[in-house]
Amino acid sequence: MHSSRPALLTLAVATALLASACSSSGGSGSGGGGSVAGTTLTYWASDQGGSIAQDVKVLTPELNAFTKQTGIKVKLEVIGWNDLLNRILAAASSGQGPDLVNIGNTWSASLQATGAFLPISDDVMKQINGTGRFLPGALAATGAPGQPPVGVPIYSMAYGLYYNKAMFQAAGITQAPTTWDEFIADGKKLTKNGQWGVSVEGAQTPENAHHAFTFAKQQGGSFYDSSGKPTFDTPQNVAGIKQYVDFMAADKIANPSDAEYSNGTEAVKDFATGKAAMLLWQSADATLAQYGMQPSQYGVAPVPFNAAMPSGPSHVDSIVAGINLSIFANTKHKDAAIQFMKFMTSQQAQMDLNKEYSSLPSVNDAYGDPAFQTTTVKTLQSVLANSAAPMPAVATESQFETVIGAAVQNLFADAAAGKPVTDQSVAAQLDQAQQKLQAGG
Amino acid sequence: MPARPSRSWARVRRAGLPYLLLLPAVLFELLVHVVPMLTGIYMSFKHLTEFFIRNWSAAPAAGFDNYRFALDFNGAIGKQLLESFWTTCAFTVLTVAVSWLLGTGAAVLMQDPFRGRGLLRTYFLVPYALPAYTAAITWEFMFQRDTGLVNTLLVHDLHLFKTAPFWLIGGNSFWALVITAVWRTWPFAFLVVTAGLQNIPGDLYEAAALDGAGVWQRVRSITLPQLRSVNQVLILVLFLWNFNDFNTPYTLFGNVPPSQANLISVQIYDTSFQNWNFGSGSAMSVLLLLFLLVVTAVYLLLTNRRRKTDV
Repeated sequence: MHSSRPALLTLAVATALLASACSSSGGSGSGGGGSVAGTTLTYWASDQGGSIAQDVKVLTPELNAFTKQTGIKVKLEVIGWNDLLNRILAAASSGQGPDLVNIGNTWSASLQATGAFLPISDDVMKQINGTGRFLPGALAATGAPGQPPVGVPIYSMAYGLYYNKAMFQAAGITQAPTTWDEFIADGKKLTKNGQWGVSVEGAQTPENAHHAFTFAKQQGGSFYDSSGKPTFDTPQNVAGIKQYVDFMAADKIANPSDAEYSNGTEAVKDFATGKAAMLLWQSADATLAQYGMQPSQYGVAPVPFNAAMPSGPSHVDSIVAGINLSIFANTKHKDAAIQFMKFMTSQQAQMDLNKEYSSLPSVNDAYGDPAFQTTTVKTLQSVLANSAAPMPAVATESQFETVIGAAVQNLFADAAAGKPVTDQSVAAQLDQAQQKLQAGG
Repeated sequence: MPARPSRSWARVRRAGLPYLLLLPAVLFELLVHVVPMLTGIYMSFKHLTEFFIRNWSAAPAAGFDNYRFALDFNGAIGKQLLESFWTTCAFTVLTVAVSWLLGTGAAVLMQDPFRGRGLLRTYFLVPYALPAYTAAITWEFMFQRDTGLVNTLLVHDLHLFKTAPFWLIGGNSFWALVITAVWRTWPFAFLVVTAGLQNIPGDLYEAAALDGAGVWQRVRSITLPQLRSVNQVLILVLFLWNFNDFNTPYTLFGNVPPSQANLISVQIYDTSFQNWNFGSGSAMSVLLLLFLLVVTAVYLLLTNRRRKTDV
């Protein structure tokens, strides 16, 4: 729930800036030496459980275990996704923030550019027992290449194709589609009597940006060149985005109403309640369970590819999705914060938390738990290991998500209104998006 | 004759006391309003992006770059800013006009006592008493295409449309915005006009009734002229509130509003907090501030002059 207003926010940022200008440049006391027991850390957790109350319920026992182990207390605040980035920005500009924070891993390079987070040097990596334990894909999404990461992965996720088993059976479909041609053919069979082939979250910025990225990749497209310059309106990117929007515009296997779905749960709810037969989503089990869908009712397969199984850079059917844990550079409790990072990436905490959140552990040694031996987990784990690509690791990544997400949202709105979605209209949207990104400076 | 020092000191003290008492308020006003405003103006002359938010004084000077960029109507951002400016103008004029009409109409109808008047007056004020977020999110639910109350009424019950229209995307989103804003705003107009009506002497109406004036004539010749000073302030306040409204569009549409309902405050928010360009976001805010200052000044000048000539 957000109640942010620009006046208030501007005021907050302005006052924060002012406060930082006035406060002495004390630097970050490392608190080196001596015991860290008795200190209190402030931790901003992201909303992983579908509701903030659920997150508090899941995290509290873990935090108590940490306090018991180390004597360090943790003050927990769970922050909704709509507010998290703004809160981090305000904290970065004022220097008055928590000690640790969860971030969406796609923001890593952007937030790295602000200098707000403590770089995880080899030394810190050793202190948290992290060397060699993290999934390589997840570790790659912790900052720009060639620079020390600004966080460690704690929850990993990948996109999969969720399908309703009963609906597939009723339509005579025996196995999940592996190519987009099959996907659309199946989707058409499944679209009837107020039921739709697939549900999409058409007005949600990050979802749109993730799909735009993956679909464009499959066409061999890229949104940035090797020097980090934006290259939005290439024919490959246009083809990829058009393919996605065409679920609604041309193939008519998605409900036009999906174009106004913006809160990040409506498409999942439609799938869970039998209004749509398929869903392209990341680690959806926990949310599906909330809407009353049992794991036995649905199957999970990799997201389809174009025709034959491609190889090389276009063999991508998911982003490397996940949550990183970062330490604020301004923390006065650096040693305690590192201890907390060590705890959160420990085998036990990784097993416990990822089980609760139905996400994938970020460390190899946590996969021994039987909870991670299910077909769903194995499917997503294989996607993450073999065919997931990290979102562009550039400083403008968070702006990229915003402008591309908005472009796809506009195209869905056109499709819903019955306006044609053409190569030209997609290219025009991408061109506008790129201008806005570059104007952002 | 020169005053004795002790007496002049006493006079200073007596004259100074009110200022001393005002001082905390002035300081607070400076802290809350003036300092952030000046900070904003300062920021508008800086290239303040994500690279500098931790150490904003290190941000390179921008000169008038941010202003040029906001006013470059051939560029993507400038064009969008101009469009959202016109949208905001249309939205504000419509919302203020309808809210004022509804508020004044209801207040006049409630002027004469009748059974249940107090209850009805209280009831009318409910939208004003609700938190903005709660009100707007309720409207968002009602405007949803498949499950919303509005379409249930228009499509399923009244059969006015064959296929359900969209309210939160496309052209209708402008009307959804206006309806929500009017619903939120008119009770304030009602409240202020009701208060204003209490000051109109009853014998004016009695005299007019004796002279044989009808209801409409009484409204036109007594009520409206007597309300002029109230209306002058009311319309200005409604205009400023709606022109700057952020809660309603942000709650209805999220951070990416449909282009048809893209208000300028959301546009500034997007520039500052989505594109992380606080410099140009501040420049846009300063431009908006200047525009509203000019409008307010012209409005006050015109309405005051008219009042004087009327007198």
